[in-house]
Order: sequence, then structure tokens, then C-alpha cells
Amino acid sequence: MINLEVPKKAGTLINQAYQAAAEVFRPISRKYDRAEHTYPAELDMFAALLDGLNSSGEGGAGAAGVRRSEKNEKPGNRNGSNLNIVLGTIEMCWGDVGLLLSMPRQGLGNAAIGSVATDEQLKKFSGLWAAMAITEPDCGSDSAAITATARLDGDEYVINGEKIFVTAGERADAVVVWATLDKTKGRAAIKSFVVEKGTPGFEVVRVEHKLGIRASDTAVLRFENVRVPKENLLGTPEIDTAKGFAGVMQTFDNTRPLVAAMAIGVARAALEETRKILTDAGVTIDYDKPVHSQHAAAATFLQLEADYEAAYLLTMESAWMADNRKPNSLQASMAKAKAGRSVVEITLKCVELAGTLGYTEESLLEKWSRDAKILDIFEGTQQIQQLIVARRILGKTSAELK
Amino acid sequence: MGLGLSALTRLAGSKVIERAGLRKPVQNLVSAGTRNGFRVAGAAGRTFKSAQKLGKPARLAPAEDTGLFDLTPSEDQQLIVETVTEFAAEQLRPAAADADAKLHAPEGLLSRAAELGITLVGIPEELGGVGTERSVVTNALVAEALAHGDLGLAVAVLAPSAVSTALVSYGDEQQQADYLPAFVGENVPAAALALQERTALFDPFKPATKARRTPKGYQLDGVKSLVPRAADAELFIVSADLEGRGPALFLVESSNSGVTIESEPAMGLRGAATGKLHLEKVALPAGALLGGGKAEVFTEVVRLSRLGWAALAAGTAKAVLDYVVPYVNERKAFGEPVSHRQAVAFSVADIAIELEGLRLVALRAAARAEQGKPYAREVALARKLAADKGMQIGSAGVQLLGGHGFVKEHPVERWYRDLRAIGVMEGAVLL
Repeated sequence: MINLEVPKKAGTLINQAYQAAAEVFRPISRKYDRAEHTYPAELDMFAALLDGLNSSGEGGAGAAGVRRSEKNEKPGNRNGSNLNIVLGTIEMCWGDVGLLLSMPRQGLGNAAIGSVATDEQLKKFSGLWAAMAITEPDCGSDSAAITATARLDGDEYVINGEKIFVTAGERADAVVVWATLDKTKGRAAIKSFVVEKGTPGFEVVRVEHKLGIRASDTAVLRFENVRVPKENLLGTPEIDTAKGFAGVMQTFDNTRPLVAAMAIGVARAALEETRKILTDAGVTIDYDKPVHSQHAAAATFLQLEADYEAAYLLTMESAWMADNRKPNSLQASMAKAKAGRSVVEITLKCVELAGTLGYTEESLLEKWSRDAKILDIFEGTQQIQQLIVARRILGKTSAELK
Repeated sequence: MGLGLSALTRLAGSKVIERAGLRKPVQNLVSAGTRNGFRVAGAAGRTFKSAQKLGKPARLAPAEDTGLFDLTPSEDQQLIVETVTEFAAEQLRPAAADADAKLHAPEGLLSRAAELGITLVGIPEELGGVGTERSVVTNALVAEALAHGDLGLAVAVLAPSAVSTALVSYGDEQQQADYLPAFVGENVPAAALALQERTALFDPFKPATKARRTPKGYQLDGVKSLVPRAADAELFIVSADLEGRGPALFLVESSNSGVTIESEPAMGLRGAATGKLHLEKVALPAGALLGGGKAEVFTEVVRLSRLGWAALAAGTAKAVLDYVVPYVNERKAFGEPVSHRQAVAFSVADIAIELEGLRLVALRAAARAEQGKPYAREVALARKLAADKGMQIGSAGVQLLGGHGFVKEHPVERWYRDLRAIGVMEGAVLL
């Protein structure tokens, strides 16, 4: 039975996330945009609440990751943790995306652990705040080309390399590091390792000054002969060239809808604010009157809202597919591509429509349009998403369609 | 006249045009020339035979709300969509180019379409149909599947259902008894919902067509534009401003005196045989007013019609995607398929992304409508996407085929012309 409304039972969760976004995030949003690199201490108490939400098993407002367990599954349509996480994330990022990224224990590393860890690892790393370290100075989107290495030495892996753009890399308790077991074996040899803070040889080199999401710390990390127990390798240590990259890349099917959800939240915030500003300016937005007979600002607004709606529903679709155990790589990339480019277009246009009310620091519109840009970059840029979509639609390998 | 005819005769008999294979196009040119600007009376309509009227009008109940997000069509819907998809592929697509050139559907096609029973699903059992609840989603899926075959022919197929659906939703017991039996019978009449008018920035809420009250009922004056199957239609639902109090809908039979039809070929939708409907002092009985002239009825008709166009756009846009994928994979340049170039591949990716977005937005609007939830916002957004992204996709389709896209050997140029209708059209279809 086709229905594209928010599941009824998610109402409470959405309401809680909305309250938190409105009461906790919004009031301190500008403060930590200005005070870059200062830890938002207000978040500590609030993080405990989210832990509770996530442990409920239905997913909360952060990155619980996705466990594809096969037990206790009723047949038929499922609305589960993926949809809930997306819905919670939308609300929270309506509040502030930088602050959500700074939430203790809600890092992308947590999503990775949640998605690919064994049950023992899950227990071992529970309560840990984990960042994700993939990008290197000379390798970004082509994550198969990473140069960080992990060498087995007795019961330990020895990790060497440098990682950049690590979200929450300074504040997190641990980092999920992508490194290769054997450079000659290509992408199949790339594995992820949990490296805890304080491990000798693991150093935070610096934190970046950024265009947006300033509340969130973005770190450069260095690993020099860092030794971690071999149990810290997530997933299987076998190098299966047939399966290739699947293990680590699987994480993205779950995290891309999340980043798309972040974009939806920011876009929704900007549209709501702009609608208010336009209404105050005497512009009405009419859903029945033909677009071209309305004020140009109203027509622009309708176009932005239409793009928002498409991005929102693509995001919901990709999460719903994950809930129902349908392969969703294509839809996850579609959602990420559409949401990423739409949030940039929407927030920038909203600033233009609002004029000085949008461009000055008096409103959050200018901040949202700075925050937005990262959402079209991290977890796979716009161009990478288009590549993935194109390869799937055209039936091409990465060797054919480069 | 005589001279013109004799020149034409000589041209027609000329061996040169025979050899050049030009006879057909020239004949079409001549026939369009005689049609254009030439008015005929409305189709010689049947006498609609009234059935026993019910105590109160029969309506379809709203669909249930499961409270769950779900993108899986019901089993019934899957079955219907499968059947219609097959029909569109086997009957509409092969007939599309010819219908486009000749400005009408091939003989028998539309009656075969009527036999599919698409109209019946929207008519309640009490009135001889098979419908049990509002099925806006099913209608959207059907429109989408038909438009994958051909947009113009899809509009021709769906035109009668627009009228029967309006009668089911807004007709009183007398109007339902008068007209609906014909729509559940053997020989479904051609019929059309005529909202569109000839003016820039047309607003369906402000029709220039006027309705005046008379002692016996109403008198209508005005011109409706781009009415599908205008020349064949036996029944119209026409919008007109009722004495300055806003738009209302009227049932107009083609046999009414003062009704004339003029062919109005356009850039696209040519298989739908679009025409102008001239209304000159058309006298209507008091029972011709649909839905009591209520503003909310009219608003709903406009919204559900726009939703229909959004669903049609999704279907034709999917046709574009399905056509360009094998083309760019097979077409070689610089020693490899052109799809190995990002500039080409990304254009295909964009088609896929925007199409899926448009489709989901339209489906959300449809699901809200059939559940009786507010859906004005969702329809407006679906229409915006259908107009903008639909055209963008139509344009990309031609571009991806390059020069081959520009010639009629491939259907993408027709889809380009058809997709421009989205955003222009009001009325004609109704979900």
C-alpha cells in the first residue's frame, strides 16, 4: 500500500529530536559557529539521552549503524531503525548540523562499527565515541588508493600513515582508520581498524579552520607505528579479491542516507526561515495559483521547495529500502547527490531572497549556506555519487566508466 | 479554389513526389491545412440513456491509512500496472509516430484501450464499475505506464476517465444516472475535461469562458483550448466563470447547439487530437452544473488534473531514460562507447535522479489525496518538478542522441515536444 508519510510510530522520536534541536542546538548555534574549536560542553548531558534512544534498538538521532540481522523478522513492510535515524537526523540538523556532528558517540565511526563489527567487537567498543578516518593528503574520493598501511606483527597490527578531514578527530575517543594490508592486492586489502586515543604513535597534528560546520572539529591525524590488537580490525581480515571492497564500502550504503538526511534538515531550516521572511515582506506563496502568475520570489521559493521535496523522499526511500533488506546503493547515492546539491542551491538562494536579512550574522541563513557546502562533499562528493549512479544505470564497471 | 485544387491534383499525380517518397507527408500537409481553422460541429453525440437513479450519489470511500511508509504497490496495483505496461508497449509505442503525424489515434486503438477497463476502476460497483475505494495512486501508476508508451495517446486513452472520475466524485445522483451508464457500457464515449484557454499566463481559477444564469439553466460562451479528442468527444466537462463568482464546472454534450470544434494541432500531444471547443450561446439545463458550483470541487479538479500530468511526465521521462541507456552504450566515439565519458554518463545519472525524485513526489501527493489528507502543497511541488525536470529530461534525451535525436527515426524528438506540454496543460486528465 503506497504511502510516503512519516511512519506514525516515529512521531515520539521526531518530537523528541525536534525539541532537542529547538531547545539545545538552536540557542547555541551561532555561539559555536563563532567560537570555532571550542568544545560545546552543552552537548554532554544531551548525549546521554541519545545513548538511551539508540540502545532502544529502534535507532535514535545519530549513527547507530545498521545491523542486518536475519532473526525475528516478520514478513511484510518494515519501518525500522534506518528510517528512524534518518528522521531523527533531519530534525537535529534542522537545529544545527555542526553540533550534530559534534555529538559524543554519534560519529560516523560509530556508524561503521555498528554496521560491520562482529557481536564481540560491538560489545568491546560500546560507549566509545568513534570518528572515521579515510581521506589522505593525496587521496580523497579514490579511497581504493589509500596509502596508510597496517602490518600484522604477532597479535597486533602496526599502523602507519596520515589522515586528513577527520570529523570529530580531536574530540572522539577513537578513530576508525582505513588502511591497506597489502598495497599490491588493491582495494580488497583495505580494512578498517579501531584505534583508541592515547595509543602511542597516534597524534592529532592540527584542527582545520573551515567555511562551515565550525562547531565540529576537523582534524589531521598522524599514525607512526601505532600498535592495535588484531581484534580491532572490523569485519574479516581475509583479503577476498572477488568480494573486493564490499566490506568497507558497505558502510556507505548506510551513511549516505544519513548525510542526505543532514542536508534535508538544513534545507528545511532555511526554507522555513525564508518563508517567514518573505511573508513579512508581503510575499505569499500559493500552491494553487500558477507559478508564473506569482511574485518572482514566491516562484523561486516553490522551485526550491520542490527540489527539497524530491531530495527528502529520495532519502526516505533509501532508508526504507535498507529497513526492508533491499540493496540500496543506487538509491543511497541518488539521495546523497540530490540532497547535497539541493541544500547548497536552496540555502544560497534563501540568502539571496532574504537580502541583508539573510547575508548578515543576525540570522542563521548565511551560516546554513556555509554549513551546506560540506554536505555535497563528504561521504562522497556530488561527482562521486553521479559516477556511482551512472555506473549502476549504465551497467558499467569502474574500469569502463572512470 | 478551382486553381488551387487543380494544382494540388497535378502535384498529387506527379511521379516525382512518388519517387521521392513524399506522397505521405504532402497528404498530411494538405489534411492539416484543411483542418486548421476549419470548424465543424461537435461529434454527433449519442442520446445518453439514463439509468434508474440512486437515492444518493455513489462515491468511492477514501483509502485506508496504514501509518507506515511503503513504496510497494498492492498486488492489484502490480497486476494492473503490468497489464497497462504491456498494452503501452505493444499498442501505444508502435502507433505513436503515426498518430503524431496524422493527429489522431489509429482506428480501433482507443476502443481496445477502453476494453482494458481503466475507466471501470474509478467507478463504484453500484454504478456498474468495479471500484471500491478512491484509487488516485492506481490512477497515477496507470497514467505513468501509459505515458511510457506515448504521452499523446495516453492522454487520448485517459480523457474519458477524467469525465467519469469527475462524475463519480462530484456528480449528483441524477448526473451519475444520466451519464455513467455509458462509461461502463460496451462503447465508452469519447469525453473530455476542458479547462485550458487560449491566453498567456493562463490561470484555471480565472476562466474567460462565461456562464450566465437563464430561466431554464445556464448559457455558456467562450473558447476552450487543447481539448483532447475534441472532434470525437460526445461529452465535455467545461469550466466557466459563473456570473463573476468564480469558476464552476458544467456538463456539455457535443450535440448542444452552439458547440463547434476546431482542430488545434500543437507542438506535441498530437496523438491526443487536440482541438478548440467553441461555445457560442450554448444553452444548458439547470442540471448541467457539476458539484453544485462549489469552489472546493473546482480546486480539487485542478489539483487532481495537475497530478495526472505529473504522473504522465514521469512515464514519458522514464521512456527517455530507457531509450538513452542502450543508445549511449552502443554508440561509439573515439573508439569506445560514449557512455564511458563522464559528460555523457552524468547526464544519464541526472535523468535517473530527477526522474526518481519527480516520481516519488507525485506518488506522495496521490497517496495523500486518496487518503483524504491535504495535498495542495504536494501537487504544486509535483507539478513544478514535472514541468522543470520533465522538460530537462526531454531535452537531455535529444542531446544525448545528438543529430540522431533530432530526426524522427528516433522517438526522443517527439518526447521533447510532448514533455513541453507539462506545465502548460491544465485539465484533460484527472486522477
